[in-house]
Amino acid sequence: MIINHPLLGPRDAAEFVYLGDANLINRPEGLGDNAEDAMYDHVYLRDNPAGIHRELWYHEQGDRSWLVVTRNTLTHEVTSVELARDVARSMGRSR
Amino acid sequence: MSQQNRIDGGQIDRTATLNFQFNERWMTAHPGDTLASALLANNVRLVGRSFKYHRPRGIFSAGSEEPNALVQLRKGAALEPNTRATTIEMFDGLYATSQNHRGSLERDILAVNDLLSPFLSAGFYYKTFMWPRAFWEKLYEPIIRAAAGLGRLSGQEDPDCYDKGFLHCDVLIIGAGAAGLAAALAAGRAGLKVILADEDFRMGGRLNAETFEVDGKDSASWALAALAELSAMANVRLMRRTTVYGAFDHGVYGALERMTDHLPDSGGKPRQVLWRIYSKRAILAGGATERSMAFGNNDRPGVMLAGAVRTYVNRFGVAPGRNVAVFTNNDDGLRTADDLRAKGINVTRVIDARKGDVVVNTTGRKGLHTVFLNGDRHVEADCLAVSGGWSPNVHLTCHHRGRPTWREDIAGFVPGGELPPGMAVAGAAAGTMTLAATLSQAHETAASIAADLGYSGATGAPPKADDETFATAPFWHVKESKHRAWVDLQNDVTTKDVTQSHREGFRSVEHLKRYTTLGMATDQGKTSNMLGLAVMADASGKTIPETGTTIFRPPYTPVPLGALAGRARGKNFRPTRLTPSHTWAAENGASFVETGAWMRAEWYARPGETGWRDSVDREVLATRQSVGICDVSTLGKIDIQGRDAAEFLNKVYANAFLKLPVGKVRYGLMLREDGTVYDDGTTARLGETHFVMTTTTANAVLVFRNLEFARQCLWPDLDVHLISTTDAWAQFSVAGPNSRALMQEIVDDLDLSNEAFPFMACTDCTVFGGTPARLFRISFSGELAYEIAVPARYGDAMIRAVMSVGKAFDLAPYGTEALGVMRIEKGHVAGNELNGQTDARMIGLQGMVSRKKDFIGAALLDRPEQVREDGLQLVGLRPVVTDVILTAGAHFLSPGDPEDMTHDQGWMTSVAYSPELGHSIGLGFLKRGAARHGENLRAYSPIRGQDIMVKVCSPHHLDPEGVRQRG
Repeated sequence: MIINHPLLGPRDAAEFVYLGDANLINRPEGLGDNAEDAMYDHVYLRDNPAGIHRELWYHEQGDRSWLVVTRNTLTHEVTSVELARDVARSMGRSR
Repeated sequence: MSQQNRIDGGQIDRTATLNFQFNERWMTAHPGDTLASALLANNVRLVGRSFKYHRPRGIFSAGSEEPNALVQLRKGAALEPNTRATTIEMFDGLYATSQNHRGSLERDILAVNDLLSPFLSAGFYYKTFMWPRAFWEKLYEPIIRAAAGLGRLSGQEDPDCYDKGFLHCDVLIIGAGAAGLAAALAAGRAGLKVILADEDFRMGGRLNAETFEVDGKDSASWALAALAELSAMANVRLMRRTTVYGAFDHGVYGALERMTDHLPDSGGKPRQVLWRIYSKRAILAGGATERSMAFGNNDRPGVMLAGAVRTYVNRFGVAPGRNVAVFTNNDDGLRTADDLRAKGINVTRVIDARKGDVVVNTTGRKGLHTVFLNGDRHVEADCLAVSGGWSPNVHLTCHHRGRPTWREDIAGFVPGGELPPGMAVAGAAAGTMTLAATLSQAHETAASIAADLGYSGATGAPPKADDETFATAPFWHVKESKHRAWVDLQNDVTTKDVTQSHREGFRSVEHLKRYTTLGMATDQGKTSNMLGLAVMADASGKTIPETGTTIFRPPYTPVPLGALAGRARGKNFRPTRLTPSHTWAAENGASFVETGAWMRAEWYARPGETGWRDSVDREVLATRQSVGICDVSTLGKIDIQGRDAAEFLNKVYANAFLKLPVGKVRYGLMLREDGTVYDDGTTARLGETHFVMTTTTANAVLVFRNLEFARQCLWPDLDVHLISTTDAWAQFSVAGPNSRALMQEIVDDLDLSNEAFPFMACTDCTVFGGTPARLFRISFSGELAYEIAVPARYGDAMIRAVMSVGKAFDLAPYGTEALGVMRIEKGHVAGNELNGQTDARMIGLQGMVSRKKDFIGAALLDRPEQVREDGLQLVGLRPVVTDVILTAGAHFLSPGDPEDMTHDQGWMTSVAYSPELGHSIGLGFLKRGAARHGENLRAYSPIRGQDIMVKVCSPHHLDPEGVRQRG
């Protein structure tokens, strides 16, 4: 597989480490009334779609960017690759 | 007589003679021969025995589809079983033996299986060896195992080496026959970066085997001219002896190039190279494979595919027989007769199934002698050329689940469904079965790819040729034949097995394969799948497309495991990391232990010591009584800088970090988001915006990865940056009551008194008159201790210099074993305790975990399992009878309780012999353990056969108040 890194261009998938569902960016607050239930869902429940999937890849043998790769799990077609930091910010994450 | 079947013509070099051995008999051949053509030239017809019935078998094809002529090539450690004689390129001194027979090839004892064939049909194993059950393991399986298989492995280590390589191109052209050459010429002329790969050692495919004309030249000469033009192009790479075995994602193809298999010896060079080819586009020009027809005793040596007969006659200058009969359902068969006659070979009869003539049986004990036809006719023949039509080689089009579709006019499956993106198919592989059409289709395909990729160079004119006639009738199976008719020669599957499979309900193609093993041998059914399918369709009264087809997976032909491994073998399986003091340690009696990729000194043996315990006990006592030194460079080190560095640490550690003063070190506990302890270590604050974190050796890479995740994905706007500096620093722990006095002589101008540099202090400094260093006052051993770090390049000099100064204090180097003993004595947790199931409560650190901040793990601290009344807690253990040695993994039971999981109270995690206490000690997890100090329990280990009494105590076996490390 080849991942078209937004900064470095096409790179072989062997340079990357796979994590999983990009929803892991969406970490709920760890304190507060509903924190335990929300975190339980976050930690243990994931979608495993046959088709388009947004997922996290880490360029460990490269520039150490975390990427959000949109991939069709049936065909392995990659339709978009974004820096996870940009995605996180667009989801409202900050500090 | 030598090479008595050699005839004129062919593309072999008659000026040179090569000597080779088959079954210990010396024979001669010429460069350009395969082992198969050389055996035929020397009139060797019987070359092996079949898989199941041990039937005599000869050469059936002339390529990688060969099901019969499998031999053992070479001898000794280089022996390779199941090698196809039809693809082995002849070299001087070649040594091959036949396989799968007991006794000689001519008198195989196991040929008795053929007489038992009525009992050995499909499903025989499943039905026969069911009863009595106990016989399977002791009797049936050993006998079957001894009889099964084809060749034998040498059992020795592979003496050759293999390499891996990476290539990039605009277009990869797979196959260098008519289609591949035409496509390569067009693409190469247009200026594309082209790779042309072919499995054969001579490119040209069927052009070398037929008597066609292209551009006014005979086809083999045209192929040579085309290759000469391609060789002169800098943008074209020709890869002979290279099989493209798989189509992977995003235009990546796997290819195996045989570099030295055609040489007597690899000469230390890589034998094969596994290529990963990155292509923008690919053209599959893999041609087609001829198939047989099913008739009685169609497996005899001498029964051969018609196309293979033409290959031997035209390309190799070998007559596969002197009296040849031809059995065909298409016009190719007629061409075979013409080519044979042109070489003066007697054609005894052409049997055309389309005219109602069929072969019903053959005879000849170790080679074909007589062919019997319907209508009580027979004809003498030592070779029968059979053509049941051609099947396009669609294999690579299926590697992304493309499903071939049926074409009635050629009676074959052609590429269908979704092809791998970027792949086009041309020539016979696409079902284009005639020459002129193939040449122009391949040319057009390449030209349109060139245009697509923006190349405007002229592609030249497509090569010109005539279209031969290709009229084929779907005829598969001579039903009036009363004798066994083979479908799959390699796995010994007959038409009877296929119809039986249908009768017993295994009717889908996938079931048929698995029940009869049709197409599951090393040839993957290249010559047999279609025939099996046709027989099944016939039995079920369906059409072939209704019956369905199987799809193919990589590899196209077998790939040696050695090639897949490449250089990653033995010690080179993964890199080895050496500590900065490794050379010095090796010089000083260290034995080493692998910890991850690292080699660490486990102890330093001294003269007179009789075993590892002597060394370890001495190292522990020396450290606790005076001073010891240990290389701790393997611990993960992460440099953390930025205005928000403290804030960041506060989010990734469970304990507070915001207020850690500059010049201080703090122990940090890292959790997973599910509340389980993940890692621990110390983090030093060297400046307002500068921290250095240490991790455990095992988790160095993982913690760094997770910190990057936290930094980029969870809190993207924190101003913090991370660099892994594990390899940048040589770090030594100097521990023991004399460590201060020793360190004072090493560091430059630094007051190390307890007031000036107390426990958990840290600072930048210099050592030995100016060498930059970092000093930390931290202790894993429980003693007064320091860790001193210098840039890794000074590590070797540092250990030598410190040892020299340390002589006055009897400084002793200690290894990982002594380190382990001292941490167990002190009650520090390590990997045995932090096993991925442990939470802070279990190790007594719940007080450290902040309840006031959000951090990774904060939300799931109080799950029911973590807060249960009888939760496991870390305790120390000592044997009640002090000379008993404790056992890690033993489970705790209350005295009198039965030995079962209901009464299980916990388990022993770590044990060591404490030289200071003079007995064995342990750590363990015990239900409500913190409240049970002083209690006696059973430590029960059925695996080690141990059942002893232990006393529960504090996990801090030594110095529970920490007086030593603070002193």
